[in-house]
Amino acid sequence: MRDFEYEAPTSLGGALAVLSKGTAKTMAGGTDLIDQVRMGRHAPDVIVDIKKIPELNVLQHDASGLRLGAAVPCYKIYGHCGIVSDYSALADSCRIIGGIQIQSRASVGGNMCNAGPAADSTPAVIALGGVCVIAGPKGTRELPAEAFCVGPGKNALQPDELLVEIKFPARAAHSGSHYRRFIPRNEMDIAVVGVAASVVLDDSGQKFVSARIALGAVAPTPLLAQAASESLAGQPVNESSIAKAAELARSIAKPIDDMRGTAEYRVHLVGVLTQRVITAAVARARGENIGHAH
Amino acid sequence: MAKKRVVTTKINGDTVEFLCEPRQTLLEVLRNTLDLTGAKEGCSNGNCGACTVLMNGRPVDSCLVLGVEAEGAEIKTIEGVACGTHLDEVQSAFLENAALQCGICTPGFIMQTEALLAENASPTEEQIRFYLAGNLCRCTGYDKIVQAVQSAATKRQSGCGTTACCH
Repeated sequence: MRDFEYEAPTSLGGALAVLSKGTAKTMAGGTDLIDQVRMGRHAPDVIVDIKKIPELNVLQHDASGLRLGAAVPCYKIYGHCGIVSDYSALADSCRIIGGIQIQSRASVGGNMCNAGPAADSTPAVIALGGVCVIAGPKGTRELPAEAFCVGPGKNALQPDELLVEIKFPARAAHSGSHYRRFIPRNEMDIAVVGVAASVVLDDSGQKFVSARIALGAVAPTPLLAQAASESLAGQPVNESSIAKAAELARSIAKPIDDMRGTAEYRVHLVGVLTQRVITAAVARARGENIGHAH
Repeated sequence: MAKKRVVTTKINGDTVEFLCEPRQTLLEVLRNTLDLTGAKEGCSNGNCGACTVLMNGRPVDSCLVLGVEAEGAEIKTIEGVACGTHLDEVQSAFLENAALQCGICTPGFIMQTEALLAENASPTEEQIRFYLAGNLCRCTGYDKIVQAVQSAATKRQSGCGTTACCH
């Protein structure tokens, strides 16, 4: 592997100081970065290991919501009861990123910063209303998760900025969420299409109050399917409202043909997965235990 | 050239100090510096699991860990599994069930199985296959590996495996 320096600051200020000089890459679990440096996709002078910074290891769930430090590895996320119950889509996605070895190290913050169009956790974060907290030399700014990825492999961070944590609102009453992807294998694969949905139902559990649907692997970045999400508000929970949302989700998918599937196939999958994911999120909102499919 | 760092870590119960460049992976350090050649280099990108070791109790692909990250960590490699010449339940189950042919993937599979059984003493077949999905074997077709893991779990639960261990 190419030569680089290694810094492991123990404070946010220390990390920002390193990022302010030269070409640095931040590393959480390193599961993408180490391979990318080895393959020559990145040539940093310094790798900044951010796992020793307390703010990036925050995992706090209370009445005000969830704070997820950018370096928290996947296994701690799906191993957290509060996340499994209240932010199920996030747990669903973390359980299927890579294999168990990858999940020991890979973080949601890293998955978002890597900005892969097919990243599994990003649609879940978007559907759950995640907000990225970014630290930089001028202070802290916040960005909705759907605005964080700006192109394949490109995120909204300036070179001297750092993703610190992702904040999620408290889970609403009668709400549920799910993430599911299609892959031709049983596990350890990259999504052909991934869909996440978070729904809020009324007290009777028969009507949608609101919904957020997000799509992966069908555009240069993960997408918030806004029209599809809004179409569900106020509608009864039934096949036709869900089918309409799926149709609207299909209409914003702009996938490419590649070795994992054709564009036409992916658009078809968006429709199928959106219906299934909304249905599963509804079941969870009604308090049904649907377990988790791998 | 980035300066070499002194890294202090615990490997298989022993405190170990080594020198490494930031760009060296934990796998390179284990194999080339410390002569612990049990962990194998397969794909070098996190797909095959042949380099699996336990880091602070969690299974990791050591090809995707920097050697410098081992500072202060506890590492367990395949060399630390047997007690002297006594194989542990997982190792003997792999032999008894013929769960290997060429053997390149075996150290990784055994370390991953150790992690699985530490987390879940009696996994179902589905749980075994899911947990071992990050380990590739091009010889066995996996059935014998799954059987070996089941047999190791049974042995360990009934307490008739190698229990007296030096670690």
